[in-house]
Amino acid sequence: MNIMAQAGIIFGICLISEGISALIPVAFPASVIALLLLMLLLFSGALKPEHIKDLSGFLVANMAFFFLPPCVGVMEHAPAILGQLAPFLLISFLTTPLVYFVTARSVQFLIRLTGRKGAEKHG
Amino acid sequence: MADALLSSPFFGLTLSAAAWCLGCQVQKKTGFLLCNPLLIAVALIIAVLAVFRIPYASYAAGGDFIKLMLGPVTAVLALNIYNQRVILKENFLPVLAGCLVGSLTSVGSILALCRVFHVDEALAASLLPKSVTTAIAMGIAESHGGVAGIAAAAVMVAGITGAVFAPLFARLFRVTEPVVEGLAIGACSHALGTTRAIEIGPVQGAMSSIAICVCGIMTSVLALFL
Repeated sequence: MNIMAQAGIIFGICLISEGISALIPVAFPASVIALLLLMLLLFSGALKPEHIKDLSGFLVANMAFFFLPPCVGVMEHAPAILGQLAPFLLISFLTTPLVYFVTARSVQFLIRLTGRKGAEKHG
Repeated sequence: MADALLSSPFFGLTLSAAAWCLGCQVQKKTGFLLCNPLLIAVALIIAVLAVFRIPYASYAAGGDFIKLMLGPVTAVLALNIYNQRVILKENFLPVLAGCLVGSLTSVGSILALCRVFHVDEALAASLLPKSVTTAIAMGIAESHGGVAGIAAAAVMVAGITGAVFAPLFARLFRVTEPVVEGLAIGACSHALGTTRAIEIGPVQGAMSSIAICVCGIMTSVLALFL
């Protein structure tokens, strides 16, 4: 499909999501609403991957580029971070293995549980 | 003339594109994880602005155009998860439960540690989504009074930690199943961890990239209750 048509679809979904985000009474990011909306359209078959494939590929392949401006914006908040640098680094670092551990253990537990159920059925 | 150049949005756009290309080249040459193109490009841009005493607003005139694309960039992650629908269907329950528990652990432990260290509210809101992918984390941070850039920095610390230590975590916590390993990597270190998960194995990579999306959505929902 024509790249401008693909852009029109993706921009249109983002526009609708901004509207939904403004309507709902809670703070939910419009970008995640757009993600959910696009998932709904794809899984329901209303939209085919071909309709957004090329532009999506470009955006995903160059994703980190779009993070540049907000990251540069950190310089405006430098005093706030530098004043709390130690907790910032500690929290970001320490919680990572914790999330790994808890996620791994709960998935292992679940797989064993459902595996046992399956075995009982066959036995 | 300098004023005309600096007030043009093309200044921020050109500087961003140039810094990004340089960052990519450094990564290619060194192959070192810490030489991440984003990290290098950000440092370069901040250095240029500081050395030439250019106000941040001049850069933002162009930067805002790039930032605007964060919405579409997040939205098209939907295609990633759609492309993994077969493996997602096979492991639906473990994915859902694992990502929910992972997101709860992440949000809960960050909130608890922020209390312990008396971290102020803006920083806490920026740290909160640090286990999810940058595009989603920025949205969550901003809609809760945090700073998108600080969220991105925390996301990067988590991502690099996961990418570097994922094999060590697997040995330490005795994780052998590919599905479990992939989900755990994706839940704690999103896209950066996923690049490592893909190297470990195809199932690990697929599960990790599913976890990015699912954890991102779940964390956005969990953040609503805070």
